[in-house]
Order: sequence, then structure tokens, then C-alpha cells
Amino acid sequence: MSSANFFDISAGLYLTAMIIYVIFLVIKNRTVGIVATVLTITGLVSQTIALIIRWVHSYDFWTASHPASGVVESLLRAAPLRNLYESLIFFVWSLIVAHLVIEFKYKNRSLGAFVTPIAALALLFIDVSGTTKDIQPLIPALQSNWLLFHVFLAFIGYAAFGTSFAAAAAYIVVITESKNEKTYIFWSIITGIFLIVLIAMGIDFLSLTGAERARLVESHFLKATFRSSSGGIVVASWIASLALISLIWQFGLRLKNVFSALSLTSEMLDDITYKSIAVGFPLFTLGGLLMGAIWANSAWGKYWTWDPKETWSLITWFVYALYLHARFVGGWRGKRVAILAVVGFIAVIFTYLGVNLVLSGLHSYGG
Amino acid sequence: MDEKNKEKNDLFESIWKSLASVKLAIFIIIALASLSIVGTIVEQQADPSKNIALLAKFFGDSSAPAVYNVFAKLGFMDMYGSWWFLSLLILFSINLLVCSIDRIPKTWKFIQRPLKPKSERAIKALPVKKEITIKTSLNVAKDEISNILNASKYRFFEATEDDSVQLYSQKGKYARLGAYFVHLSIIMIFIGAVIGIRFGFKGYLNLPEGRTSSLAYKSPTEPIPLGFSIKCNWYSTSYYEDGSTPLDFKSELVILENGKEVMKKVIEVNSPLKYKGITFFQSSYGMLRGVLDEFVVQDTPGSGRSNTLQPTFSKFPNLLGRFILKLKPDNGQMNTLTLRRGDAFEIPGTEIKGTIVGFSPTLDRERYTNALGTNSYYKEQLVNPAVAIEVESPGREKFIGWFLKDQTTVVIPEAVHEIEFVDFLGIEYTGLQVTKDPGVWLIYLACIVMSIALYISFFISHRKLWINISKDKNSVRILAGGSVNRSRLNFEKEIDKILLHVTKAIEGRSKK
Repeated sequence: MSSANFFDISAGLYLTAMIIYVIFLVIKNRTVGIVATVLTITGLVSQTIALIIRWVHSYDFWTASHPASGVVESLLRAAPLRNLYESLIFFVWSLIVAHLVIEFKYKNRSLGAFVTPIAALALLFIDVSGTTKDIQPLIPALQSNWLLFHVFLAFIGYAAFGTSFAAAAAYIVVITESKNEKTYIFWSIITGIFLIVLIAMGIDFLSLTGAERARLVESHFLKATFRSSSGGIVVASWIASLALISLIWQFGLRLKNVFSALSLTSEMLDDITYKSIAVGFPLFTLGGLLMGAIWANSAWGKYWTWDPKETWSLITWFVYALYLHARFVGGWRGKRVAILAVVGFIAVIFTYLGVNLVLSGLHSYGG
Repeated sequence: MDEKNKEKNDLFESIWKSLASVKLAIFIIIALASLSIVGTIVEQQADPSKNIALLAKFFGDSSAPAVYNVFAKLGFMDMYGSWWFLSLLILFSINLLVCSIDRIPKTWKFIQRPLKPKSERAIKALPVKKEITIKTSLNVAKDEISNILNASKYRFFEATEDDSVQLYSQKGKYARLGAYFVHLSIIMIFIGAVIGIRFGFKGYLNLPEGRTSSLAYKSPTEPIPLGFSIKCNWYSTSYYEDGSTPLDFKSELVILENGKEVMKKVIEVNSPLKYKGITFFQSSYGMLRGVLDEFVVQDTPGSGRSNTLQPTFSKFPNLLGRFILKLKPDNGQMNTLTLRRGDAFEIPGTEIKGTIVGFSPTLDRERYTNALGTNSYYKEQLVNPAVAIEVESPGREKFIGWFLKDQTTVVIPEAVHEIEFVDFLGIEYTGLQVTKDPGVWLIYLACIVMSIALYISFFISHRKLWINISKDKNSVRILAGGSVNRSRLNFEKEIDKILLHVTKAIEGRSKK
């Protein structure tokens, strides 16, 4: 089987696991929870195999055009972290690893219902964005070890931020008492937007046949809903979105009872949020910012040029720096810092995808 | 007088306090982040029309230019270099510095404060605590706990009372300084950037193959003397098999001091050349038509028409262009080669060798006599260049043949080996990014400091531990308690582990 088959299997398993994690949250049946975990682990194994196969293929691809390249150098140049597709795949892989670590460390699998949707979001995005899945030749600027470390560490950092987001979102539900609290409205809207994007991308995905998806060159992102050519569909999409957000606002509070039944306490969620950021922040600083700057300097002689990608990664860094200072020095606790953790991950998504989709810059290779 | 001084001090103190405050830090961070967002939406240093088009979406077509002018006056079109953004960055570093100076003495005092034994009641009030009772003697218990504390890198003190001993210890206290080193590294980055801007430059140099320059350029009208000369021997792009994705961009550069070669390096993207603090990066390339003309306007080889035109490069001592040849071996696959003067090649699968030995910017054959001749009308346009190739094949005499552009020539008729001269291309220039940044070492040092400091502040915690061992009839009661500045769960686990080890060790002893 090819690496694409294994990727498809893992994507299918993750998506199924997501649904089962949500069912687990509702019916609280231990067996259901175990099934979700087993599916996730199987998905991870399949994805790891896929990554290894892809790595081997890229290795052959690289050595074919660089016969003089040594084994270590070829392995580094072939590492599957070379374009948008591979980085998204690696992000999902790291996120699932981070999720499983938390699940086993805290012996609590309810957070899966919050983490797996993030993975699903990334997986669907791969299929509807029209990003190439081929192994591409590595252009000269990307032939650098700094780049490899930069991408590798930054994406583990992103995954850690992903789990902090999931925990912070759950935290806000757990500590909110009334629908009229600002934090609850904030939570409803953020969760709503996430779900809407997830569903919209699901519709994008289903609106294309397999063959169409394979031939996709231009982005089909939200083309079946918000960016549809039919005005009626656009209006309907917005109405449905507003309806969904108000639905979440209406029934979201019920999650609180679900969580307390699953012994998911606010202390634990706060701890997971902080710990994830404590892992993510140094990795992101070192990998995302510092090594990115070093790479830019070795390739172009400029370590910082304020291009949109760099600037957005700095904004992300500011948000998490704010979280840490607010928490440790400013004495902020509870909701306010949880909101910062949520905002931080929104900045991450924008740094990662938004800049490529909306703004232009040096990172046009799509990393 | 005193009164005035006091007032002054008060004023100084309140300014100091506000500069050191977390509130200011939070304000600056939020301000920097929000302004940066604006800077990523409004394209920086861009053509005005781009941003006017963007503004038209919000303000309408008619008022967009006026709005643009207001924004431009405020510096938003090049905002990262604007006075207000720089002031904010300066304020940020002052805030970092002042708040660090303000807090370091307190933290230092806290770190240096000697650890004292605690009463049992005080230990029980600590955030982390655990108690066990084991059948053994006080000394045995103390021994074993000492062992495990040593093994866990806790350097401990002892306090002995009648029926009890207390071992107390702390580790990782200096980790409390980690955050200050992160601040320090940010300030180092600012200083490094200022040094780079003040004492360095960013320029470019488009250097044709074979040419030497002692200048780089900040802009076409702003040359910067390098203090030495740099020569480009050659430039080359190679492609992957798909023929369109570049595999690498390479230039061979030579540094000359007083005309003498002192350094030579083939640079690539990600692998620049550095000499005397100036770095040359491979950044672009292109073709130079103008330089080509220089060769072409010279006289062409030979005059009149002849069947044995002597090939030569002597008229073109600087000729650096590239000859594109197509080789077609007998029933073999077509092969395209790019060669320079003097280069040799072999027709694949044969022993036939060729060497480029001559060039003419214009050459054709007389229609009736087939005699070769130059056409001086077209030589400057390079319409019909020709290349002379010396061909060697086993069992035959060497011969020199002229290959005219776009005409297939059969080299050895019975074997049908063909060579086609496709084109002569002019010389290329290598586009170099030339930078001098005397502050970059400080940036790199800051990166190292920041990485270590982040590791220390996130992964090393300051742990304080008190273990009280007291006699309880014929057993001992061990009460362990501690406090930690972060990751309490891990510390709890460590205490559990210590007590488990002690229990096992004591049980092991009694079995012996």
C-alpha cells in the first residue's frame, strides 16, 4: 500500500474517533471511550507508517537528483516537512500524540471530543484547499537544516497550543454559571465558528467526487457554502451559521454537567492549558521564531523583515507571552487567562493558514 | 531643599514604578500586537495603488485616496520604520529593563534566604505533603533518606532534636532567574538590531560572469565601497528532471585584494560567502544582453569566404557565453548540453569526443559554393552564430568543423551521430544580496540565551523539601512536605517516589 492509502485510513479513523469521542461525552459509557482511544491509536500507527513510507519515497526522490548527497543529509532533505500538505499532516500527527499523552497522563479521555475536531479541521482542509499531495522537488531556499528544525519544532509547538486551546475552551464551559456571562457568549461564538468551518469544509469535501478532489488545483475552501457562486446558498449558509451559534449558546451550558460527571475539573483543565503552553511556548519561540530568523539570515542575509508571516508569528508569541505574564505576574486567574489561551490559538491558525490564504509574503511555499 | 529632593525622589519613584509595571508591559504588548496586525493588512512599502484599492473596499472609491494620504502621513505605509512604532519598541525594551532591575534584587534575596527547619505543623500546612510510618530505627531511616536525597541531587541540611531528625533541602532555586534572562535576551536582540542598522548595510550587486566589482549598491545611485574586489567566475542554474523546478543556483565567487586572489567559493542559496564582515548571498540571476554586445561588435574571425575557416577565440578573449548543443547518438536518446569555451564532451555510448574551440557571431554558407563566410550586417544581432568543434573519434583524424545555428550536422556519416548547435546564449549575471551586519553575532547569542533561559524557566522548578523523621514507639514516622513554584503534580510524584524508595530500602535491610 502507498503512503496515501495509510493517510486515508488514518484520516478516516481520526474522523470516526472524533464522532465516538463526542458520543462518549454524551453517554459516558466507558467502553465507548476505550473504542475512541483505540481508534485514535490505530490512526496514529497508520499515519506513522504513512509518514515513514513518504519519507522513504522522498529519500529516493532526493538521491535521484542529488547522487553525491550523503545518507544523513538525504534523510534530512527528505523529511516530510517540506510543503503545506506535509506540514498539515505533521501537525495532525503531533496533535494526536499530544492528545494521547494528556489522555494517559491525566487518565481522562473526555478532552478528545475537543482535540479531535482540530485534527479533523486540518485533515479536511488538506482535501479542499487544493494543496498538492505530490512529493515535490525541494527548491534551493528550502534546502536547509535550519528550515527543517524550524518547521519541526514550530509544529510541535502548534500542536501543544492546539491542546491548550481545547482545554481552555472546555475550562470556560466548566466555570461558566450563566448564559449571560460575557465569557459564555465568547465561548459560544468561538465554538460556533469552529463547528461551522468544520461542517462547511465537510460540505466542501462531500460536494466533490474523489476524482475531482484529486484534480483540485485551486482552493475549494468554503466554495460549497460561504464562497458559493449562488447567492442563495451564501445567504442560507449565514443563516444556518447564526442558527448554529444560537443553538450552541442555548444548549452549551449542558456540557458543564457532562464534564462534572466525567470528573473533568476546572483545576485539571487549567493545568492542561498551562502545561500545554509551557511546552508550546519555548518550542514555538525556539523553532518558530528564532530558528526561522536564523534560517532567513542564512538564506537571504535578513533575520527579520516584518513580512506578514513573521509578524503574525510575533503576534502569536505576544499573545502567549501575555498569557504567561498575566498568569504569573499580573495575578490573572480563571476565565481571563483561558480567553487568552483561546485567542492565542486563533492567532496560531491565522499565522499558519490565514496568512497564506489572505495575505502574501515570503512563505509562499506554504509552510 | 530637602522637601524638593523628596518631591524629586517621589516623582522619580512613581515614574520608575510605572515603567516597571506589568500593566505597562501588557499595554505595550497589546499595542504592538494590534499595530502589527494593521501592518500585515496594509501592504508595507508597496505601490500606493495597491493600498488605495484596499482602502476603497472600506471607504469607497472616491474617498480612498484622501484616506490613503492621511494614513501615509501617519506612517502606516512603512509603519515598522515609523517614529511611533520605533518609540513603542524602545518603550518596550525600557519596560523590560526597568521591570527586571526592579525585581531582580527581590528575587535574589529570596533565592539567597537560607532554608530553615520547620515544625511538624508548618510542614503539614505546606501545599504538598505526605506521611508514612515504617518499622525501623531513627538512624536507619535517616541513612536511607540521606541516600535517596543525594541520589535525587538534593543537597540537604540536618536539624536534630531529642526524638526526631529533620532533613531539609531545596533545588532549582536559580531557575527563578530564568525569566530575567529571557528579558535580557530580548534586549540583546534590540541592541543587535540597532548595531546592525547603525553600523551595517543591506545592499545588492548584480555581477556579470567574468566581471569584478569593488562596490555594492544600496540603490542604483548609492554605491557602497566594499574595501576589496569580488569577481564572479561563473553562474549556473540547474533544474530537476521536470525541467522547470530549480535544483540549485550557484555562483563561483573570488575575492581579490590588490588584484590577488585571497578567497574562492561556490555559493548557493543557504550557503553564502563571508569576507571581512561582508556576506554575499545568492539571491537572483539574469541575462545580460548589453555585455553580450560588447563581444559581438568586435571583428569576426576570418574575412572573405573559404572552406577552411580557422576557428579562434583570440578575437574574443572574454567570451563567456554558453553554447547549447543537442547530441543525437546512433539510435540513442537526444541529449542537450550547455557548454562554455574550451569545454569538452562525449557523444554518449560512443568514443567520439568534441571540444569547443571557436566562435563566430555570424557565419553562413555561400549558396552555390557552400563556402563559409561572415556576414557583417547581422553580426551585432547574433542572428546566425556558429561554433567550431574539434572532433576526435577512434581511427580517424582529428578535424575541426563549424556548426551553424539550427543546422544538424552529421559528425560521422556512416554511424549517423548528429550534433546540432541550438543557440549561443549571452552571459548571465549573478544577483547577490550584500550585507554587513556587525550586530548579528549578538542576535545569535541572544537566541542561545533565550533558548536556555526558556528551558530553565519552564522545565526547572524551584523545589523546597522538608522531611521530618520522628520516633514513634518502635517505628518511625516520616513526614515529607514541600513547596514548588510550578508543576506541583510532578513534585508530588517526586515526593511519592522518594518515600517509596525509602520504604523499599528499609524493607530490604530488614530482610538481610
